[in-house]
Parts: sequence; C-alpha cells; structure tokens
Amino acid sequence: MTDATLASGLRRQPLALRFPSVLVFLAALGLFTIAVTILSDGLGLGVISTSFIKTLGKTLCLCLVALAMDLVWGYCGILSLGHMAFFGLGGYAIGMWLMYARTELIVIESLKAAPLPATPQEISDGIAGQIFGVVGASEFPPIWAFAHSLPLQLAAVVLVPGLLALVFGWLAFRSRVTGVYLSILTQAMTLALSLHLFQNDSGLRGNNGLSGLQNLPGLDDFPQSTVSLWFFWASAIALGLGYIICAWIVSGKFGSVIRAIRDDETRVRFLGYPVEGFKLFIFTLTAVLAGIAGALYYPQAGIINPAEMAPIASIYLAVWVAIGGRGRLYGAVIGAAFVSLLSTWFTGGQAPNINLGFYTIQWVDWWIVLLGFSFVAITLFAPKGIGGLVDIFIDRKSPNRFGADLGPDPGALREQEAEK
Amino acid sequence: MRAILTSLLAVFLLTSQPASAQQSDAQIQMLLQEYGEAIAKSSRRTIGPAIDALAASGLPEAQVVLNRWQAKEMWFNKATGVFVFATEIDRDTLQIFDISNDMEIGQALEDDYTQLKPNSGIRSMIGTALVQFQLSDPDPTERLRAVAAIERGAEKSHLAALRSSTESEPNADIKASKIRLERLLTIRFGDTDDERITAINGFAGDLGVDVRAALNPLVATRVETAATLPEGTDIARAITPGSETFPRAAAYDLLVEAGVAKPRIERAEQREALVANVTDGAVGGIQLASLNTEAARDIAYAALAAAGAVDAVATDTEIDTAIDASVFFERYTGAPPAVALAAKAALAAIESKVAINQAADLGLDALSLASIYFLAAIGLAITFGVMGVINMAHGEFIMMGAYTGYVVQLFVPDYTLSIALALPLAFAITFAAGVAMERLVIRHLYHRPLETLLATFGISIALQQIAKNIFGTQARPLTSPAWLDGSLVINDIVSISYIRIAIFVLALMFLCLFLFIMNRTRLGLEVRAVTQNPRMAASMGINPDKINMLTFGLGSGIAGVAGVAIGLYAKVTSEMGTDYIVQSFMTVVVGGVGNIWGTLLGATMVGTIQKGIEWMNPSNTLAAQTYMILFIILFIQFRPKGIIALKGRAAEA
Repeated sequence: MTDATLASGLRRQPLALRFPSVLVFLAALGLFTIAVTILSDGLGLGVISTSFIKTLGKTLCLCLVALAMDLVWGYCGILSLGHMAFFGLGGYAIGMWLMYARTELIVIESLKAAPLPATPQEISDGIAGQIFGVVGASEFPPIWAFAHSLPLQLAAVVLVPGLLALVFGWLAFRSRVTGVYLSILTQAMTLALSLHLFQNDSGLRGNNGLSGLQNLPGLDDFPQSTVSLWFFWASAIALGLGYIICAWIVSGKFGSVIRAIRDDETRVRFLGYPVEGFKLFIFTLTAVLAGIAGALYYPQAGIINPAEMAPIASIYLAVWVAIGGRGRLYGAVIGAAFVSLLSTWFTGGQAPNINLGFYTIQWVDWWIVLLGFSFVAITLFAPKGIGGLVDIFIDRKSPNRFGADLGPDPGALREQEAEK
Repeated sequence: MRAILTSLLAVFLLTSQPASAQQSDAQIQMLLQEYGEAIAKSSRRTIGPAIDALAASGLPEAQVVLNRWQAKEMWFNKATGVFVFATEIDRDTLQIFDISNDMEIGQALEDDYTQLKPNSGIRSMIGTALVQFQLSDPDPTERLRAVAAIERGAEKSHLAALRSSTESEPNADIKASKIRLERLLTIRFGDTDDERITAINGFAGDLGVDVRAALNPLVATRVETAATLPEGTDIARAITPGSETFPRAAAYDLLVEAGVAKPRIERAEQREALVANVTDGAVGGIQLASLNTEAARDIAYAALAAAGAVDAVATDTEIDTAIDASVFFERYTGAPPAVALAAKAALAAIESKVAINQAADLGLDALSLASIYFLAAIGLAITFGVMGVINMAHGEFIMMGAYTGYVVQLFVPDYTLSIALALPLAFAITFAAGVAMERLVIRHLYHRPLETLLATFGISIALQQIAKNIFGTQARPLTSPAWLDGSLVINDIVSISYIRIAIFVLALMFLCLFLFIMNRTRLGLEVRAVTQNPRMAASMGINPDKINMLTFGLGSGIAGVAGVAIGLYAKVTSEMGTDYIVQSFMTVVVGGVGNIWGTLLGATMVGTIQKGIEWMNPSNTLAAQTYMILFIILFIQFRPKGIIALKGRAAEA
C-alpha cells in the first residue's frame, strides 16, 4: 500500500494492480454468491433454507457497513460509534416506503368492498389508521410526506444518513473534536437518535418500529425463497461495489492523505491539507454506505425498531472490525462475517452447552461474555486481528521496536500504530 | 327443647321486669317519635328531616342515638313504636336498653321489636350529621378526624357546624385548621357574595391545593354565541374560534345548537347518506364510479338535498360565513360574576406564587439530578479526568456496587446496617475490580486511548452479561432504611425526598474527599505528578505503576459507592450502567477534563438542562434526554474544552 504514494507520481496503474485484494475479494464473493444460489431453496438444489439465505444476505449487508467502518476508523482514525445509527436510518427510510405501499394495497383492497369508491382522503386515513393505530395516532406525521414514492424514499436512504453525517461531522470536525472525545460525541448522537425514535410521537411508531418489511408490495406472487435470493444478490452486488469504491479511495493519493491524518493529524494540517474536508468526506461517504447497507438489511430482517440503533450496536460494529483487522478492507469483511455468523450460531442455541458438573455453561447466555473477553484479548495481544494471519501467510513483517516511541515526543507514534 | 326453655325464661323475665320502666317521656324519645314513621320506613328520600332534627336538637343523647342507629343497634317496639337500643342475646331474645340514658331495661322477645337497618346512603347521611358532634368531641383525635372528613366530602350543612364549634375549640392547631376549613367552605357554600368574596380574598397567595380546588370551580365558564357581544359582568372574555382548544368545528356546532345555522355533516355521515340513496348505480344523477373525490360527493349530496331526499347541510362557505358573523364568548357559570372575578384575581395571585414555588421545586429537582450525575461521574473524573483513561466499564462498576448492596441486603435484613455494610464493601469490591482491570488491561494501553475505549467496552459488555446471567434480567430492589423514606415537605408544591437529600450530601462528601485526597495528601501529590509527567515523577522516586493502579482503583471504588446510592434511588438492573455512562462522560467533558469543579459545574448544567426541558414537556422524559444530548453536542462546539478548560502545562499533559 505504501507504493500508492509513489505510484501516484508515475503513470497510474489499474486499481486491481494497485490493490490486489480487490480481484481476490470479488472472485471469492462471486463464487460464494453463485454457490449459494445453486444450493438455495428458491432456484437450486434446496440445500440451504430460505431463512439461512436471509441470514447470509444480512451478513453481507453487515460486511458492507463494516467496510464503511473500516474506512472511517481503520484508515481515517475516526472511531465513530454512530455508523449503526446511519445503518438504521437507511433501514427506516426504505421501511417507510415498504410499510406504506403494502398498507396502501391492503387498504385499497378492503375499501373496494365499500359501496362508494374511496376518496384519496379515505385511503390516506385508512393507511394512517393501520400504521399508527398502534401508537394511538391516526394522522401521518410530516416525515412520512414522501413515503408513497419509492424513488424519493430511495433518495432518502442516501440523503438522510448523508446529511446527518455531514452536519454532525462539520460541527464536530470544525471544532477539532478528535480521538476519544469524538467517539463519545458520536455515541451521544446515537443515543439521542435512538431515544428520539423510542418516543411514540417521533412519527416512526416508537418502540414498535416498522414491521412486515419482508413483504414486497405488489410482489405477493413471488415466494419468500425467491425474494430472499434477490436481496442476497443485491447485497452481494452492493458489497462488491462498496469494496471497489473503498479500495479505489484508499489506494490513491487520497488514501495516503487519510492514512496520514490517522497517524498524525496535526502534521498533515501543517503540510497544508484541509484535514477537516478529508475527514468530513470520509465520514459522510461511509454514512451513506452504512445507510445503503441498512436499506438492504432490514427488508431481509423484516422488522426494524429503535433498539437496533442503540449505541451498543455501533460498538459491536467496532468489535467486528477490530476482530477482523483494522486498516485492511478484507479484514473488516472477514471480521463482520465471522463474528456475526458465529454469534448467530451461539445465540441460535446450536452450540453445545458445556457441563461443568456444578454449572452448565449455556452459550446463549455466555456467548456475549466470551465475545467481550476475546475482544479485550484481541485488542491486547493481536491488534491486527484475524487479518494479521494474512501477513504471516504473505510473509509481511512489521518493524519491532519493542514499544519505543517513533517520534521525538512521548505518546507520539508507537510501533503498533506504525504497523498498520 | 332448649328453644322452648329459653322462650319460657324470656316470658318470665319480661313479666318480672315490665317495659314500663322505659322513660318514654324523655325528650329524645319524643323527638324520635315525632319522626317515628319516617325512621321506621328508613327511606333515603324521607329520612332527611328526621336526621336534621336530631342533629339540631342540641340534646346530649343525640350523638349516641345517631351512632347506635348508624351501627344498626337501634330497634323499635312494633306495638308502641318506642325506640330502644338492643343487642341480640340469641336468635329470639334481645337485651334492650333505654335510648335516653343507656340503662338496661331487660330482655325482650325479638319478635316484638324491629331492627332499624339504615342502608349505606342513610348511614352516610347520619355520618354527615354526626360530624358536628365529632367537631366538639372531647377527644382531639376525634375532632381532627371530623375535620378531615369534612375536607374529603364537604356539604353545606357542615358550615354552620364548623362555625359553632370553632369558638370553643381549645386546641390551637385544630382551631387553625377549623378556621381555614370554615373559610374554604364559605367560599363554596357562603350565603352572600360579600361573605364569599371576603373569604376568597383571605386566601390571596395561599399555596394550598385545597384552596385552588375550591376556587377553580368558581371560575368555570361556558362558551356561548350571539350575534353581538352582550354586555354584562358575567361575560368572561370573547374568544376567536380556530384555536386548538376551540376549533372552528366546535364553534359551528354551537351555532347549530343555538338554532341559527344549518347543521353540518361529517364525511362519514355524508357517505352513509349517499349509500342509502343509491338508485340505478347513481346518486343524485352522478355515477357511483365517479364519486371518488370529496367534491363529487358534495355535488351528489347537494343534488339529493335539492330533491328533498336528505336534509340540507351547510357548505364550507356557509360555515365560514356563519362563524364570521357571530361572536363567541365565555360566560361565568360557576359563581355570580363578582365572586368569579374575585376568585379569578385570587387564582392569578396564587398562580404567580405557585410559579415561583414550582421554579424552586424544579431547582431542587435539578439539584438532586445534578448530584446523581455528579455521583456517577466523580469516579470518572478521576480515571478519565485525571488519568486520561477512558473507562467504558465505569457504568458497570456502578452496577457492581448496586448489586453488592442488593446481595448484602439478602444476608443482612436490617436496612440501616446493610447499607452501612454495603458502602465500604462496594468500595472494596469495585476497588479490587478496578485494580485488576488496570493491571491486566489498561496499563498495556496507556498510549492508545482509542483501544482503551474498545477494550473497556469489551469488559463492559462481558460484565453486563455476567450480571444478567447471575441475577437475571428483572430489576432487583435495593431498599433504603425507613428513616430515608418520605420527603421533606416545605409547602404543597416544594418538597424533596430524603433519599435525594442523602444523595446530595453523599455527593458533597465525595467532592470534599476528592479535594482532600488530591490537594492535601501524599497520594494526591504523586497522582498529579504522575499524570503530568510520568518520567519526571519516576525519577523523583515515585512508582508510576503503583500510583496509576491506586488512582484507577480509587476512581472505580467511588463508582461502586455511587452505585449503592443510585441503586437506592433507582432499580438495580444489569443495564443500569449504560443509563449513566454517556451522561457521565458528557458531564466530565462538558465540565472540562481534569478539573473536579468543572465536573461539578458540568453535572449541575446537565441536571438543570434536563429538568428544564422536562418542565417544558413534562410528559416526555425521553425527549428531555434527547434534547439534552443534542444541547451538549452543540455546547461542545462552542467550548470544546469544557466549561473550565485547563491552561498551561497541565493542559498538555
């Protein structure tokens, strides 16, 4: 990757050469997608059940948001604890249309039986009553103004997280909030957002959230086994495109600058780079990626509620990326896939319980404890995460300076940062 | 056999002690006889005069009679109609007593007497009548009970009773409450306006809820309409329709009610009317299929109305014209205008005083919330503020402290003792946990704050899940000692619970402890030295490792003690730490990292703002938290270093 800076001065090489992992990754992703399709319930041999296709599709979406997290944290050094909030916002944006359109079909169908043809007002009242009856309201809140239109809500998937990230990032970066302070600030933003959505009068059905998202309006003829495959493909394509975009961003001069910002922000600023602009761009772009991932994830999950946007979700996102290995794109994908599938396995009750005689360890209960402590262990002993195994494989070595400072001041750059 | 014997005995007794021993000419008996028929009939509608007469008779026995009557112990002779008190000896025999002096008369056959069984309505009427006797009962507690009974259900008749008993009241306290009650009753039931107005004016600025409860019905109004605003003192104000409390629809309904406008029709009713008049797939000449807009339906309905099939209704323009042509106003209905105006003025005076007191109460609330935040944040002020270590498991140390308190209470049933034990124990346990965490994890990460944050997150979720596995998900109680129950009531509005005062005191104690340790002890000196420049401190003979360990342990230990206090005030759950962690960090960051006064100011600010927002939107604490966090995010934009920013060398450390 350090070649990238040199290369930028010379004739630009194709992305695949500058960033060899792209080809490997795309090939692996393509093979995986084809294999799953062949083995699927909907189109192929029927080895993999529909619900597992959904799990795999959701995992791909989580990989995409982990990719975004890696870009913002592993490459740009901003430990954002808000990206799962952007993820959730994307889910809410698409969920509003799914729920509106589907309810509209149901209401129109039920009003057909009425003696008079329905007026637009009656239809709208019927939809609002169906959707908001559960929170005791019967009128559309203003934020549902565009819910009838798929293109506008698709735009919202990108714009809402993007604008929120832009405004928040602009406020935070311009006042030079960095490091842990920024993390805490993003966590506070996430908390505020989820608390807001928990209110019944937030206009998004409070803690009931949006539900029934797995049913695509107007496509009732297609079974869930087919629909789940569509979403699986869409997720795979989104992940592939996301990987290419991220690789393209980090491979050029731009990538060198954001890595420099991670390593020593002040020095980059003194070199004349508009640090805030770079950070803001990365922060906003990754928020948009997270929003898209969320928009693909929640139709597969079927339900979204504010608990999914609580700060802890964003912390888990950081955990995935750290376990996979920060500062390498494939690390994020490996981490997210590995941990979330393992988590599904443990919490799904498939893992065998361990009987200690006096106490039986039930993994449903103890998996989180194991995850927490292994996360601590990885932070302490294997900061490169699972991706570090690749370094052993391709025989890449890091300088070992036994923890000595690399810079002149205490606390400047330490060897473990330099490795990344 | 036995029954026969008993009745024989009864007959014998009856003949040996003649019923003429009764004093049938006693005044009370004569009074009762006067109403004998009504009393015997025991109907709620006719009994009133009898009870009133008894109560007003001034006879000393009247109270006893009423009491016994209420207790269903009064009987009357079927033959003579004479009233007696009686108790049943067995199924056939009564022990009878004279009602005038409660002297035993003897035994009688039950068949000769009928028991008076007042129903609950009559019993409560008797109870009301009894109140006047209770008001001058020699027993002060009885008198207080009577006053309380009147407060609960006042009636006009109580007023005279209260007035007559107030003069002779020996107890000053009871007298005061009687006088107050008398004035309250005067407001409600006074005969003349002047009397009522005087009573109202006497309450100017009184904060009692009872005063407002008495005054509020007096200023009740009714919305009326007319072509022009009428003159008159009972017109409270003119109102314009279209507000949230008085929508235009309601205004038009008033006009319809007054008979000056055509009725309007709801969309649903209109639809039903149209459906009812469908002929040959069309309504009013319009095809059914094209009735899918409101305008088309209006036209169809108008056509029907023109044909006389349905009642004509007002169109939207007619409604607007009708509303614009009329005036709407509120008329006082609760009291004569003069009284209502006096009540309004008194209420206004009370309101402004209430507002001041509410502000004071809000201030107290904010202060107590601030002390809770401060308590939660003070440990963080040490580990994060002084040492610069981000400990995301701080909230879980709070949780550990609270669970320590819970476990101690399982073994020590005495609440005072258990809290006294729990505080040092919680400190010890979280101190140990903090030291272990510092040794095992944090010291490896001193130069990597972001990774400290992540590693402590890992510990946080693990600890939380462990607590969940051990104690379950439901909230566990941590009961405060009895002497902390209740609240300090300053007046009807301002009050604060003792537990909050205790938390406030605890927070102050911790502040002093922190200042003492940091500024007056060797440990504090060494801590400050190590945080400013560890190498220099080490070369002066200080062991930085040891100091860091102790400092972190101290911060964690304080979190544990805070946990016990917070557990007393809120429920103990495995997730209680997460409720405080963000706010705690906010408190420290807003206040200014590395300065305990900053943390204090930060906690005060966060607490005050949250309470302030809650006051503006009282139904919604979630919204308050949301806006509070947003405010803090904005605040940090303008003072990124917090309220009190460290300057000079300390800022660079």
